[in-house]
Amino acid sequence: MNFLILSIVKAAVVAFVLLTALAYLQWLERKVLAHIQLRVGPRRVGPHGLLQPLADVIKLITKEDMMPSHVNKVFWFMAPFIAVLFALIPIAVIPFGTELALPAINLGPIHIPAITTAMQLTDLNIGVLFILGISGLGVYGVALAGWSSNNKYSLLGGLRSSAQMISYELPMALAIAAPLLALNTLSFRGIVDGQAGFFFGFLPKWTIFQVFPFNIISFILFIIAAFAETNRVPFDLPEAENELVAGFHTEYGSMKFAAFFMAEYCNMVTVSCVATLLFLGGWHPPFPAAYGSSFLPSLAMAGAGVLCFLHAMSPARPFDRITLPVVGVAFFGLAGLFLIPAVSLPLMPIIWFSAKALFILFVYIWVRGTLPRFRYDQLMRFAWTFMFPIAVTNLFLTGLVVALMS
Amino acid sequence: MDALLFMIFAAIAVVCGINLVVQTHPISSALSLVGVMGALAALYLLLGGEFIAAAQLVVYAGAIMVLFVFVIMLLNAGTEHKGRRTWATYAGVPLLLLFLGSIACLIARHLPASENVMFGQFTKGSPLEFGRALFTIYLLPFEVTSVLILIALLGAIVLAKKEID
Amino acid sequence: MPPLPPSVPLSWYLTLSLILFVLGIAGFLFRRNIITVFMSIELMLNAVNLSFITFSYKLKQVDGHIFAFFVMVVAAAEAAVGLAIILTVFKNRQTLEIDELSSLKN
Repeated sequence: MNFLILSIVKAAVVAFVLLTALAYLQWLERKVLAHIQLRVGPRRVGPHGLLQPLADVIKLITKEDMMPSHVNKVFWFMAPFIAVLFALIPIAVIPFGTELALPAINLGPIHIPAITTAMQLTDLNIGVLFILGISGLGVYGVALAGWSSNNKYSLLGGLRSSAQMISYELPMALAIAAPLLALNTLSFRGIVDGQAGFFFGFLPKWTIFQVFPFNIISFILFIIAAFAETNRVPFDLPEAENELVAGFHTEYGSMKFAAFFMAEYCNMVTVSCVATLLFLGGWHPPFPAAYGSSFLPSLAMAGAGVLCFLHAMSPARPFDRITLPVVGVAFFGLAGLFLIPAVSLPLMPIIWFSAKALFILFVYIWVRGTLPRFRYDQLMRFAWTFMFPIAVTNLFLTGLVVALMS
Repeated sequence: MDALLFMIFAAIAVVCGINLVVQTHPISSALSLVGVMGALAALYLLLGGEFIAAAQLVVYAGAIMVLFVFVIMLLNAGTEHKGRRTWATYAGVPLLLLFLGSIACLIARHLPASENVMFGQFTKGSPLEFGRALFTIYLLPFEVTSVLILIALLGAIVLAKKEID
Repeated sequence: MPPLPPSVPLSWYLTLSLILFVLGIAGFLFRRNIITVFMSIELMLNAVNLSFITFSYKLKQVDGHIFAFFVMVVAAAEAAVGLAIILTVFKNRQTLEIDELSSLKN
């Protein structure tokens, strides 16, 4: 019974954090894209547009939700649910850190015993295969949305998008298989445990440094395949606004459209977390704690505080002369908080994991602002004639090196 | 708890199976088949087959059924017309039920009643054991299957491409 | 609601496999759309897979899982070729009903 309640509480916490992260990922994308394009992005709703996701959610919920008369009602209604369902499920097997030891709480009528739980909802020993399978099932949401809308643009967009997703599943699976040859386990916790420690005392034993240079090629292949799986630029022809009238989600409005968006961002988050765990060492720091890696978050916060004070000297708006120093002091406070070992030690794994996953998400947004899109036949040719042979050769050579080295 | 989970997934599998046979539009049948495969994957997990459950999701539900759904969408298959009802259609259902009942009786009589399935008792379904058996004892069938897939690939490409004259 | 047994007898799994197999036969014999007939064949193959895994549990060996895996692989190859054949038939006859593909009769 204890296990059931603990699991429900953990699932609720993870779901809440994930949904908030998805909303703020959209804020981050709009801000970063804007700065790449030399403009500012949302800045009116809340300071620096931080309440913009809330405003968007309110707008989308209160919009009128119509069902067009010419669609196939059952499947049109089901498609966004399927897309979101299969996008949210993989977060259950992703570990965010080591163990969390919570002390017992005894105040008044509430008696909660001390719990030590892993920072993961469940550790399947087929974790990697599970995520591959659920990503494969996510194709149904897109295909059904395109077909049931009874509209040639949606059908084309839906079929193209599904064909793209299943074409790139193959190089992705082969790119995942290559580092697994050296790591020898399919469970995510085992994979991260196989990347603990340091080469020569200072180089981290992350997978990209292990079987050199084939795992770097696997990492690059995985990232490219992940861009195609999540339908992001440069592979987003099926949902491009100026080519296909928004593609497969043309006939959807308000919350159903938000559901497809949420599914896309959730797929991005899942794929970034998987890349972090498989290739970038999960929650292990890039240099040993003996050389001071536990002080990096405090250093980053202190740096942000210094930046705030520097900007307050020549502010862009008159009230920034007051608000920027306040934010700077808040950053210095956070830096001081992270110096306390009782706070930083349990949080350090999550901080490293989030930093690496956020870096990959930043690369996603950066590429969106920089590269043009592929044409559809170029995209498919790229998958089958370029990525697939390289992935197979890479797997073969990795296997050769692993067999010779053991 | 085991029995409750078995009941739930067995019910899903049977309901989706009946839906597959009864629905007129092929897309509904295809999605019901995906439901059957998902329920079967859960049942394989209850029987201790972790790798085979994942393979069912990845290969069957995620690739083969997507292929079916694509073909149905591309061919724009509509709902079926009602066929002529001959005496064979009316005799078919009772005969099938008779077949089902007789084999169920045979199963119930010949299996010892003490054989129970408890979750966690079969430990050899992990990828390690599976891979070990696949690449040592069953290496020849594995290689032959890869040639079979190559043949199927060539056949499908030749059959489905446009005429080049 | 009668009380459920604590663990499931093996014969229940085999009965479920039988029910799915009979449903597959029913679909194969009674439906007229060629794609639905093909999907009923896949349902029969799945039922047989369940049977393999059940007996693998009973005999405490992993060989049943490997047979089921090979069945899956062969079903994949068969689905690819079968759907290609269906596409060719549709291109030539413009119909998907098996009753109308009767040019070899008589």
